[in-house]
Amino acid sequence: MIIGLDVGGTHTDAVLIGSEGILRYTKVVTNSSKLFESVWGALVEVTQDVPPESIRRIVLSTTLTTNAIAEGKLEKAGMIVSSGPGIAPEYYRTGEHYFTVSGSIDHRGREIQPVDRLEIEAISARLQAAGVRHVGVVGKFSVRNPAHELEINELLDKSFDYVALGHRLSGNLSFPRRIATAHLSASVYSIHGKFFQAVQESLQMKGMDLPIYILKADGGTMNLETSLTNPAQSILSGPAASVMGSLLFASKDQETLVLDIGGTTTDMAVLIRGTPLLEPFGIEIGGYKTLIRGLKTRSIALGGDTSVRVLDGKLKIGPERKGPAMAYGGPAPTPTDALFVLGKTTDGDRESARAGLDPIARKLGISLEETAGRIFDQACDMILEAAAHMVAEINGKPVYTVHEVLEGHRVKPTEILVLGGPAPHFAQRLAALTDVGIRVVPYWQVTNAIGAALARNTSEVTLFVDTERGIALAPEEDFSQSVKRDFSRDAARELACRLLRIKHQREGASDPEPEMEVIEESQFNMVRQFHTSGRNIRVKVQVKPGLIPEYGCILENPIGLPAHA
Amino acid sequence: MLSAKSKTGLVFFPAFDWAISPTHPEREERLLYTQDQVFEEGLLDIEGIVEYKPDLAAMEDIRRVHFCHPDEKSVITESHLISAGGALKIGVELVERRIERGFALVRPPGHHAMRVVHGARGFCNINIEAIMIEHLREAYGIDRVAIVDTDCHHGDGTQNIYWHDPDTLFISIHQDGRTLYPGSGFHDEMGGPSALGTTVNIPLPPRTSEQGFLYVLENAVLPILDDFKPQLIVNSAGQDNHYSDPITNMSFSAQGYAELTHRLQPHIAVLEGGYSIEGALPYVNVGIILALAGVDFQNVREPDYNPDRIRQSRDTSEYIRQLVEVVMDAWSSAPKIRASNREKGGFAQRDLRIFYDTSGILENQRETLLVCEACSGTLRIDSRTDKGSRILAVHIPRKACVRCREQGYAWFDSGEIRNYDSFYLQDRTQDQYFVRRK
Ligand SMILES: [Zn+2]
Ligand SMILES: [Zn+2]
Repeated sequence: MIIGLDVGGTHTDAVLIGSEGILRYTKVVTNSSKLFESVWGALVEVTQDVPPESIRRIVLSTTLTTNAIAEGKLEKAGMIVSSGPGIAPEYYRTGEHYFTVSGSIDHRGREIQPVDRLEIEAISARLQAAGVRHVGVVGKFSVRNPAHELEINELLDKSFDYVALGHRLSGNLSFPRRIATAHLSASVYSIHGKFFQAVQESLQMKGMDLPIYILKADGGTMNLETSLTNPAQSILSGPAASVMGSLLFASKDQETLVLDIGGTTTDMAVLIRGTPLLEPFGIEIGGYKTLIRGLKTRSIALGGDTSVRVLDGKLKIGPERKGPAMAYGGPAPTPTDALFVLGKTTDGDRESARAGLDPIARKLGISLEETAGRIFDQACDMILEAAAHMVAEINGKPVYTVHEVLEGHRVKPTEILVLGGPAPHFAQRLAALTDVGIRVVPYWQVTNAIGAALARNTSEVTLFVDTERGIALAPEEDFSQSVKRDFSRDAARELACRLLRIKHQREGASDPEPEMEVIEESQFNMVRQFHTSGRNIRVKVQVKPGLIPEYGCILENPIGLPAHA
Repeated sequence: MLSAKSKTGLVFFPAFDWAISPTHPEREERLLYTQDQVFEEGLLDIEGIVEYKPDLAAMEDIRRVHFCHPDEKSVITESHLISAGGALKIGVELVERRIERGFALVRPPGHHAMRVVHGARGFCNINIEAIMIEHLREAYGIDRVAIVDTDCHHGDGTQNIYWHDPDTLFISIHQDGRTLYPGSGFHDEMGGPSALGTTVNIPLPPRTSEQGFLYVLENAVLPILDDFKPQLIVNSAGQDNHYSDPITNMSFSAQGYAELTHRLQPHIAVLEGGYSIEGALPYVNVGIILALAGVDFQNVREPDYNPDRIRQSRDTSEYIRQLVEVVMDAWSSAPKIRASNREKGGFAQRDLRIFYDTSGILENQRETLLVCEACSGTLRIDSRTDKGSRILAVHIPRKACVRCREQGYAWFDSGEIRNYDSFYLQDRTQDQYFVRRK
C-alpha cells in the first residue's frame, strides 16, 4: 500500500492506495499555524488499523515552504555574490546579509578575476558574528565554471549549517534567478528540515520506518535526503499534486487542459500526450523569479467562493473572496450560491443563497434564476478566456532556429479535464460553451492526494561541453571531466544520460531503467580565424513527470470512493 | 526589483541553424554567446522588457521594397523572411503602442541589400529595416522616418533604397570607405536631386573611439534629427565598430554603444553586423538593451576593457571636428539646392556599378528619375549583370503625382521587353507589384 498526502489552503487530503484501488481517503481542515498537526492527523486517520509493514511508501506535498515565503517567515540567510561586469549585483540584494565580492567568470567559463580569499574570510566572520547559520553562494556564469563558488564554500570552512551553491541548484543560465533560488534554499533550509524530521520520527514511533518522498513543483518526487540539501524544490508543489492526479485520466494521445476549480482560484495546466508542460526557466513565487523546476501553471482569482456584485450596471465576478458562499453562512454571494439557486447543489441553505443573489437580480432587472445562470456562464467564460490566454502564451514562446519557426509545434488542447469542488457543475456548463471534449476527473475531491501518491521521481541533468577548452561539465551533479577535441554530440548525450541515471537512483527512483528523454540539444562549431577550433555542445536530459506503474488498479477497479473516513 | 523606464520589446532570433557557409562570419555560432549573456544577465525577467516571437515577412512586404530577380524565392531563404519578420514584429508592436522601444536582435542582417536584388551583398539579401519601415508606412500611415546606421560598414543598401526619398532621412556613421568594404559613403553622397540632403554620410577614420562617435552624435546626428523631426527613429545597430572586431579597424566599446543608444533614443534598433562574437557582441547587446529600456548600464563592459588603450589620437579628433563642420554646412544648404532641382524638373540619370561580394555577381545599373516639383518622382532602373540577366524595374513612390504615376506605367507597359528577362513595377501609391516576363 502507498500513501499520498497533499496539504491545501483549506483542507489536507490523504489517500491510501492498495492493489485493488483507493482503499481510504480522508480530508481534515488545514491548520496552517500548526501544519504538523494537520499532516499528522490525516496520516493517523488514513493508516488506522493498517499493519505498518504493509505500507511501502509515502509521498507528502505540503505548503510548508510555500507559506513561509508567502508570509515572509523566512530564516535569516547570508548571501555572497560575485558578478564582474554586467548589471550591478546590488540590484538583486536579498536582505541585510548580502555581500557582493570580487571574482568573475565569463560566458565561456574562463576566469576573468580571481576570488579574494581575505575578503571572503572577513565576510564569513561577519556572518557568523551576526548569527547567520545558512548561506547562499552565487557567481555569475558559475554553471559554466563553478570554481569560484567551490572556493568560497571551502573558505567558509563548515562554519555554517548549510551553504547553497548556485551551480548545484540548476543548470540553467540566469544570475538573478540563481541568487533568488540560493537565497530561498538557505532561507527555508531549517524550516523544511525540522518539519520533515519530525514527520519521520513520528512515523518511526508508529513502527512505520518507510521511505518518505517529497513532492516537487515539477510534479516529481525526491527522497527526504535529497530534499534536505535542496529544500527549495519543495516550494509550490500544491498545483503539481492536482495536475499529477489528473494525469491518470488524461488521454495519452491528446493535448489536455486541466482545470482545478477551487474555492478561491482556478488553476490551469496543459498536458501534452499525458505529460505536463514545464516552466522554461523556473517557477515564480512571492515575487521571486527562480530556477526551481516546476510545472507551467496559471492561476486566476476565480473559484466557487469568489464574490459577485454589480458594478456600473454589469455583473462583476471577483477577484476577491470574502468568505464561503452565503449558503454556507458566508458574507457575500458567490458562484456557489448561483449553483444553489439553480438547484444543482443542495447541501446548504438555499434560502440564504437566494437572498444573496436577490439584490443582484434587482439591479440587473432579471429573474433570480436568470441571474444565477448568468453568473455561472460568466464564470465559465472567464475560465475559458484565461485558458486561451495561457495556450497563446505557450505558443508565443520564442524559438531560436529557422526550423522551429517554420515547423514548430503549436499547442491546441483537444480535451479538458475538470477537477475540484464544483467540478461536475462547471464541467456541464463549460461543455456547452466550447467544442472541446470535457470530462470530470473521477475522484475529483482527492485528485491532489492521488497525484502525490502516484508521482514518480523526476530528474534533470544539464551538460555543457566546450572542446576548445577541453571540458565537459554538469554543474548540478558536481561533475566535470576533461574531453578531447573529437568529443561528439553522441558522446555528450550518452554522458548526460549516464549522469541522469545515477542522479535518478540517488534521489529515490523506484525504476532502475528510467525512461529518459533529451529535452534540449545543440552543437555549434566554434570557428576562430576561419578554422574550426572546437565544438560547443549543450545537452539537457530529463526523466519527465509521470506516474509509478502501480496506478492501473485505480482505473481498472472503479470501486468508487469509500465513504469519508 | 529592476524595471524598465521605457517598455521595451525584444525579438531575439539567432538563427542557430543557418549560416552562409560553415566558417563564414555570418554562421550559427554568431549570437550564441550573446544569448548566453542575455540569459545569464536575466534581461528577459526585467519588468517592462518583453520578448516576442518574430513574424514571418510576407511576399508583399518584400515587394514593397525590392525587385528580386528572377523572383523572391531564388534570392532569399526562410531565415531572411524571419529576420525581416523580426524587425516587422518590433515595428508593429511599437506603432500599436504596446512598447515604447524595441530591438530586433536578429540575423541575417540587411543594410547592404539594395532595391534591386540579384543575390547577396555584404552578407545581406534583403533590407530588413526598409521592409519594416515600408510596412509601417503602408499599414499605419507613418510618414517621416530617420534611419541612423551605426554599423562600421557604410549602409549602402539602405542608402540606395532611400536615395530619392525626401521623407526618409538616412544617416550613416562608418569607417571611411577608402579603408573598408563597401568602399562608399563619402560625405558628398547626399541623395538624388529630389531628395538632396536627406542622405548624410559621416565616414570616420580607422581607430575612432568613444570620444569620436559621441562627438559626431552630439554635433551632427542629434542636430540633424532635431531639424528633420522624424516620427520614427530606427537605428541600424551594427556592432562591428568594436575594438575587438576581426574584420574592421575601429575602437568603439560596449559602454560607448550603450551611451550612444542612451543619447540617440531610437524607437527601434535593428542588429546589423558585428563579428567579435565572444569579446564584443555579448556585452554590446546587453548595453544596448539596457540603454533602450532605460536601465542602469554603467557596470556593463568587456572583461578586457581599457579606455586608455583604445583612446583616439588628437589628429583623429581634429579630423572629425572638421568633417562634422562640412557635413553640417551641407545639411543646411541642401534644402535650397533640392528645391531648385525640383523646380527645374526633367530627367536625371546616374550609372551604378554594384558588386555582390557574397554571391559574386557584378551588376551595372542606369537609373532614370523623373524629377518633379509635385512629388519625389518615378524611378526607372535598367539593370544588367555579368551573369547575363537584364531587367527593367520601375518604382512609383508613395506620394507620386498623377503625371509621375502615368510615366511609371508607360515605362512598364510600353517598354520593348525583347532585350530584357523581365519588367517589374512597384506602384507604391496603390501598394501594388507587377511583373512582365519575356
Ligand atoms: Zn558591418
Ligand atoms: Zn510627380
